[in-house]
Amino acid sequence: MSAGARVEDAIRAANASGRPALVAYLTAGFPAPARFADDLRTLARAADVVEIGVPFSDPMADGVTIQRASRAALEQGTTPTSILDALEAMDPRPAAPLVLMSYLNPLLALGVGTLAQRAVRAGIDAVIVPDLPLDEAAPLAEPLARRGVGLVQLATPVTPPERLARLCAASRGFVYAVTVTGTTGGRAAIAPGTLAYLERVRAAARVPVCAGFGIRSAQQMQALAGHVDGVIVGSAIVECLERGEDPAALLEELRAGTEDRR
Amino acid sequence: MTAHPFDRPGDAGTLLADLLAGRLPDARGRFGPFGGRFVPEILVPALERLERGAREALADAEFVAQLGREARDWIGRPTPLTPARRLGEAWGAEVWLKREDLAHTGAHKINNALGQALLARRLGARRIVAETGAGQHGVASAAAAARVGLPCTVYMGAVDVQRQAPNVDRMRRLGAEVVPVRSADATLRAAIDEALRAWVADPEHTFYLLGSAVGPHPYPWLVREFQRVIGREARAQVLEAAGALPDAVVACVGGGSNAIGLFWDFIADEDVELVGIEAGGSGAPGASHAASIACGTPGVLHGAQSLLLQDEHGQVVETESISAGLDYPGVGPEHALLARLGRARYETATDGEALEAFAECCRLEGIIPALETAHAFAGARRLATTRPGARIVIGCSGRGDKDLPSLAARREAP
Repeated sequence: MSAGARVEDAIRAANASGRPALVAYLTAGFPAPARFADDLRTLARAADVVEIGVPFSDPMADGVTIQRASRAALEQGTTPTSILDALEAMDPRPAAPLVLMSYLNPLLALGVGTLAQRAVRAGIDAVIVPDLPLDEAAPLAEPLARRGVGLVQLATPVTPPERLARLCAASRGFVYAVTVTGTTGGRAAIAPGTLAYLERVRAAARVPVCAGFGIRSAQQMQALAGHVDGVIVGSAIVECLERGEDPAALLEELRAGTEDRR
Repeated sequence: MTAHPFDRPGDAGTLLADLLAGRLPDARGRFGPFGGRFVPEILVPALERLERGAREALADAEFVAQLGREARDWIGRPTPLTPARRLGEAWGAEVWLKREDLAHTGAHKINNALGQALLARRLGARRIVAETGAGQHGVASAAAAARVGLPCTVYMGAVDVQRQAPNVDRMRRLGAEVVPVRSADATLRAAIDEALRAWVADPEHTFYLLGSAVGPHPYPWLVREFQRVIGREARAQVLEAAGALPDAVVACVGGGSNAIGLFWDFIADEDVELVGIEAGGSGAPGASHAASIACGTPGVLHGAQSLLLQDEHGQVVETESISAGLDYPGVGPEHALLARLGRARYETATDGEALEAFAECCRLEGIIPALETAHAFAGARRLATTRPGARIVIGCSGRGDKDLPSLAARREAP
């Protein structure tokens, strides 16, 4: 099985039932480390793939929501090791494939070899590193790939065509298509050029394409359906947890707008 | 912490030769194992454009001539090399001060700010964003942006907004918008995070005027190129005035732009000792500080691999220094390389040592140095005690007027 294949399969399975896949993001250890396993199971039932965020002290690609969640999780002692420990101990296992999202430095401190080994045991099928561009990725991508773990590449609206082709060819699991120029958690409507951009990414990619950054409404989901293979919802879920609400209800609402509209 | 896969070893002799031959940073922005470009994908095209544009500009005689004219007519270069006779007598050494405090806006920061602002205009940017710690780079950016006619937004940690109030007022009067940053530790590092986010939001039209020799390639190289004028002038001046090279060159190091600028033209002079002084904080056992080279380990922050103050889980730790400009958990990758090669030596000075040196410089030389700069004086003073008679050039990187309110508040504190 190629690296990141379980994530790819889960997205394709959602597509086969006529809708874009839902990728739900959760900052590990937020709102509280003791809730992590339960929240993860809840999201894994409501979504097709779950992305687990490793909190970092300097999350430069993230907006205020994930900054706040990261800080709270760190203050409660969340570390890459504690996350992997919690994942390994989960019984029953989460129902959806898992993707780990981490800035590079915590992964370096953990050790790339350790990460690759432990990711497999923890049920992590792919890894996203938002501050590791393609040109620097090999020292992480190769050890992960040897264990069947994919490294997801990010594409953006300003990525030139030749670079987009290389990113898409290298990406495993899916291609993360950032829909806006900006950090995570914005509130923009889907901008005029976005659908054409997503089609460009899709044309360049062999793996599924998932859109993310600032997606929080059924209207956005409807606008994107048919133009992407999956949608990543992050800050909206974190805010939902912050308010003490059920994120599964939010995901249900988002999904409702896209049934049979692929 | 053991070397990780991004930390490539290299042969010390080869690396030093490469550095002196101008082959570093290499095509991937590496200074040996350090440097590189670890940024969100959205910034990669902007950094590639910046690197291309900067290389073209620095190879364009017209741009270089324009920069030289503005440095002379607007900044007031060359800055003097002042013999510090009374300090020299007190220390038993021959002391020279490279007077960047006399540059327009009161610190070396203006050399880089002017260079990058001219570059921003040449590359067609619509606005400038900058971060600042002590406020000197913010003031320099605001002034340079005004000079080239571009709007400017400066991100500054909320803690620093408090302790460097005079500079906040100067930035605003120069037409810049100052945005206090309350995230993370609300100092320089948080300000860089926020400036990067502002750049991520508009990578095509915003120019990020980074103030230190840190960050993703090409910044460490670009900032060094604009700051090299300090050492180029100082080397010629000391040869002219003293008839010989110095025994040692001493500069304070936060991110390290003033130090790399002063050091660079002396790197090939094997007998000249290069000494960087980092902020040692209160010096109490177990207390925070900002000594990234003395106490840091390899890691990636703000787009580059360098030495970093971090915990065992790779989280960046909070730093502490009386000097806002040195209060930073990382250091420029080229300093990390010089340290590893043993070509430069890095020590720390505590808050107390810096304050003592500050007072001594004020009274003996009639010069009020910045608290950042006072760390270099403290280091030079220590060096003089072990090397009697040594000829020492100190990077007098900035003036201390900005620090007077916080020093007064400190005195009045119970």
